[in-house]
Parts: sequence; structure tokens; C-alpha cells
Amino acid sequence: MSEPKTYFETVEGCRTCIMRGGAGAPLLFLHGANGAGRWLPFMAELAKGFDVIVPEHPGYGRSDTPAWLDTVGDLANFYLSFMKQLGLEKVTLVGTSMGGWIASEIAVRDPSRIEKLVLVAPAGLRVKGVPVSDIFLWTAEQTTRNLFHSAELAERMLAMPLSDAEVDISVKNRVTTARLAWSPRLYSADLEKWIHRIDLPTLILWGRQDALIPSAYADRFHELIRNSKVEMLDNCGHLPHAEKSAEFVAAIRQFAGEA
Amino acid sequence: MQFFLFHLMPYADLDLSAPDKYDSAWVTLPNTYYDPKKGHQLYNRYLDELEMGDTLGFDGICVNEHHSNAYGMMPQPGVLAGSLARRTKNVKIALLGRALPLLNNPITVAEEFAILDNITGGRFIAGFVRGIGAEYFSWNVNPAFSHERFHEAHDLIVQAWTRPGPFAFEGKHYNFNYVNLWPRPYQTPHPPIWIPSQGSTETIEWASHPDRRYTYLQTFSPVTALAKYMAQYRDSAEKQGWQASPENLGWAVPCYVAETDEIAMREARPHAEAFYQKFLRMPTEMLLPPGYLSLKSMQGVMRAKAQMQSGDKSLEAVMKSGMFLCGSAKTVREQIVRYQQEIGFGKILTMLQFATLPHDLAVKNMEIFARDVMGEIRKMDVSPALAAAK
Repeated sequence: MSEPKTYFETVEGCRTCIMRGGAGAPLLFLHGANGAGRWLPFMAELAKGFDVIVPEHPGYGRSDTPAWLDTVGDLANFYLSFMKQLGLEKVTLVGTSMGGWIASEIAVRDPSRIEKLVLVAPAGLRVKGVPVSDIFLWTAEQTTRNLFHSAELAERMLAMPLSDAEVDISVKNRVTTARLAWSPRLYSADLEKWIHRIDLPTLILWGRQDALIPSAYADRFHELIRNSKVEMLDNCGHLPHAEKSAEFVAAIRQFAGEA
Repeated sequence: MQFFLFHLMPYADLDLSAPDKYDSAWVTLPNTYYDPKKGHQLYNRYLDELEMGDTLGFDGICVNEHHSNAYGMMPQPGVLAGSLARRTKNVKIALLGRALPLLNNPITVAEEFAILDNITGGRFIAGFVRGIGAEYFSWNVNPAFSHERFHEAHDLIVQAWTRPGPFAFEGKHYNFNYVNLWPRPYQTPHPPIWIPSQGSTETIEWASHPDRRYTYLQTFSPVTALAKYMAQYRDSAEKQGWQASPENLGWAVPCYVAETDEIAMREARPHAEAFYQKFLRMPTEMLLPPGYLSLKSMQGVMRAKAQMQSGDKSLEAVMKSGMFLCGSAKTVREQIVRYQQEIGFGKILTMLQFATLPHDLAVKNMEIFARDVMGEIRKMDVSPALAAAK
């Protein structure tokens, strides 16, 4: 397997950091509120069959924070330009959490470059009476414990100290997440109105023990996206790609292979 | 030096185990802990105490805004200021302030302040703040837009006060076709503007801009931070081509004065400790939500507030850092004069009721302070050595 490369591409005036590896049909992975971080094992696995493209969103990680960035809709429009500029077609678009919200907004606007959509515990909708947890009141330690179902895995994550640069990036990511999703908290009334326009084949993946966005939200996404199916992962929290990476990769491979 | 009587109107009847149980006296502390019968007593008692500021000869009395908490029960401070406007005759009334970024329509504040200025015939002082972080949870306003909204709301309010209407205001967060304020403010060009802050380079640079020259108030901070930020204001003014005077600088601090040092400490202790340990309690995530501060300022405030947020909050510790003034009139007088000469502020805003301090002790504190601290310092006519030397 070839090593992934990390490079910068300027799209819509924003210098954007991209990790890219593998060969095959393009798979665009949109990260969640905590950022993309490094090239993770699940990315390497997916790169065996896909051209895996992992940008850091404007406002996150090593990418710039452009003056135009105010809403998730801004990011959706950005990624339409991004796919066009990179010449991506027949894309498998995978988004987790905030990334799933962005992916949904992209698909509502223009699905022409997208083949299939994978939404992993996406934010973006509201189910009245089923509150999403308030990530902004969680300490860093609580966040790690709450995002993983496995206490052992959470302990292992907490045992790895962050470098100063990583701390700086996590503060930056948190600020951008607040900018995009503080109010209304983690959803968009417009997406609620228009998500029914998505008619792409869509896989909704959710950890059954998700403590951030309850798995009841999977039903809501399924109800509103007609060509969708739901796959629940057992013993899994909000980050299936990290906590259940083998099952996550298998689910995407199978879904991508389906006619 | 000018003396102001500052009040927070705390819920003094708070069950002091509650902030520990909920890790906060803010946002998530259930309002079932609030008893309206006691609230009725407290609001009237606190208004009496502020009105006493008029008869005791203070230069001004101050109220402010906080939401969903036991620390200060003035979520709509204009109501309290309106009541005080009619019941006082000589004091300035300072509303310190309204939290501008929380507002979807800043014109409400332009109107409210203009009415207060008209009723009092110009005894009104306007305060503008961003609110503390907890407010952004309570009012669900995005902290990442806090600075943008503050500046835009400020511009809108000052224009509403000074530009002939109707005119259009075209902003990012605020847009109006017809800004046309009735009533216009009584004072010309508008009421004095004060900026309370817990220490922020951006705020100081903005407040000290030659077009503004707003009075900067350092609130509830150790004396080292007070000195640092006041020097920063003077430096910033100088860099921008003008010389700041003590008039431009104020210090807000809780204070307790009694017959002797020993009596003062004994009487103040449970209430001062409740103030710092219970009423101010909240997690850092609640105090400083993402985007509320620039990274640079965040570091500055964290240093200044280190003692408030963690570590020793005993009476001795807060007295030592200068976050709480306590002692006989002589002790407190000497402390204020020394700090004033070293640091160069021209206004002091003492909070003479705090947390659970009962009415009789608050009144005694106010009377001794007015007579033996304020009265004596006024006779001394001290001028700050530092500012005079410049």
C-alpha cells in the first residue's frame, strides 16, 4: 500500500490541508468536530480499495479559517467547489457527526458528483424531546469518556498526552464548532426542511450506545431520506470509525459494492 | 477619587450546598432553589441599600446584568435602575452593564438607557459588557460571534444616540431600515460609557481609542492584575496619542469595614467565603465557552483569574491578593490610598453587600465605609503619584 500524502490545496481562497492515499474510486471523508487528526487505521484499510481523500475543513486543524465561514451551509458550498476543483466524480461521500451534517447539506444542494452517501452518527437534525448532549459543557476528559462506549478504550485515549500543537488545534476546532453549531445547537432548521430531496443511496451508520446523538436520530434520518438504510453497531459510541473500525470499513465496502 | 456603591443583588437565602451539588451556581442550578417570597424581601431590601447610597453621599450607585444564577438577580437591570431613578436625587446611576452580544435588537438598550437618562436628568452612566461565558449558555447566543456582535451593537447604539434619525444601519448581525430614537438621551452627546472587564488586551485597546476614551473598570481581580491592566490602558492611550487620567480607570472590589480588623474579619468571613466559593462557582467550560475570548486574552484572563477559579479561596487568601478589602476603616483606607497612588485609578466601586451578608451588617458596613473611609479619603484629596509623575 502506498503511503498517504499530505498537501495543501487552495479552494475558495482557503488553504486547505488534505491527506490522501490509496487508489480506486474517490472516497471523500468528512471529519467530525474533533478534526481529522492523523491518517488512521480505518483510512489505510479503506485506501486498499478507494482513493481516500481526507480534507481538514476550513476552520479546523491545519486548514485556514476563512472570513466567509459562518455556517455549515458555507462548508457545504465549499465542498461543492472542492470536488469540482479536484475533478472528483462518482464520489462515495462519508461524513461522521459534524461531517455527516456537512455531507447531508452537500447532497441537498447538488448530488451530481456523488455516487453514494454514508452518514455516520450525523448531526444536523433535531428530534424534539430527544436532546443531543451539550458538548460545550463537557471537559476534555468527559468528552473522551462520553464519546467511546468502551471504558477501556477511553482510558487508553486519555493516557496519550496531547502535544502543545495538538492542544492548540483542539482549541481551534472547538471554536469553529461553536461558530457553526452553537445556536441552534447542532442542527439546522433548513436541513430539516430540505433533507427529503436527497435521493442518493444512503447508508446510515450509528453506534447503539451513542451518548452524544442518541441512536433515535438514526430513525429520523432514515425516515427523511427515502433511499436509505440503517445499520446499528452494538457496543459502540459516537465514533464507529474509531471504536469499531473493522465493522465500519466492512459496512462501507459492502455498501459501495452494492448495485 | 469618586466612590460608587455596587450591588449584585445575590440570592442571599441560597442553600449553600446547592452549588456544590450542581457544580455551579449558574445556568444549571435549578430555580426550585429560588423562593419568590424570599425574593420579594430581598429585592426590596437591596433597593433600600442602594438608595442609602444616595443619602450616604456616594457619587453613584451601580447595578448590572447576569442571567440564570444565584450570584446576581438582575437579569433585567433596567427594571431596578428605573426604580432607583425615581427614588434617588443626587447619585449617578450606573448600569454596568447590559451584555450587548446577547441582544437580537440592541435598539432596546439604546431606548432603555435614553429613558433612564431622561428621567434622571443626566444622572445616568451606560455600561457595555459582553457578559460572562455562562450567559451564552443561558441565552443560547453563539460565543464565537461575541466580539463581532458587541462591536456592532455598540456602534448601533452610539449612532442611535448621536445621529439624527431616521437613518439606516447596515451590519452583519444587525440591520435596520429606520433607526430613529425617541427619546434621544438627555446628556450630550450621550451618557458616559464605562466598560467593565476582567482583563482583555483587545477590550483595553478598543476602550482607550481616542474616539472613545471610555472608562475602563477592572472587576473582581487580584491587585497585580489590576495594576497590569491599568498600566496597559495608559500605555495604549499614549500609543494612540493621548494621556489617560485617573478618571478613565475604575476598580470594582468587594469590601467589608468594621470597628476593628478582627471584628471585620470575623463578621465578613462566612459571607466573603460564600461569595468566592459558592456564588462564583462554575466549571471553566461554562465560564469560557469556545470563541468567547481570543487565545491571547484567554491566557491573560486565566492568569488573572487563577485564584478565583481554583486554589485557595479562604478569606485570608482573597484579602492577600487584594480581591477583597477587609478591616478597620483605617486599614481599608490606607489600602485604598496606597493602591490608588501606585495604580492610578480615579474611581472605586465597592460592593458592600456580598453573597449571604445580612442587611444589618451590610448597613453597618456602608455607614462606616461612607463616614470613615470615603469621607476621610475625600478630605485627604489624594492624587495618584503614578499618573502625576507621567
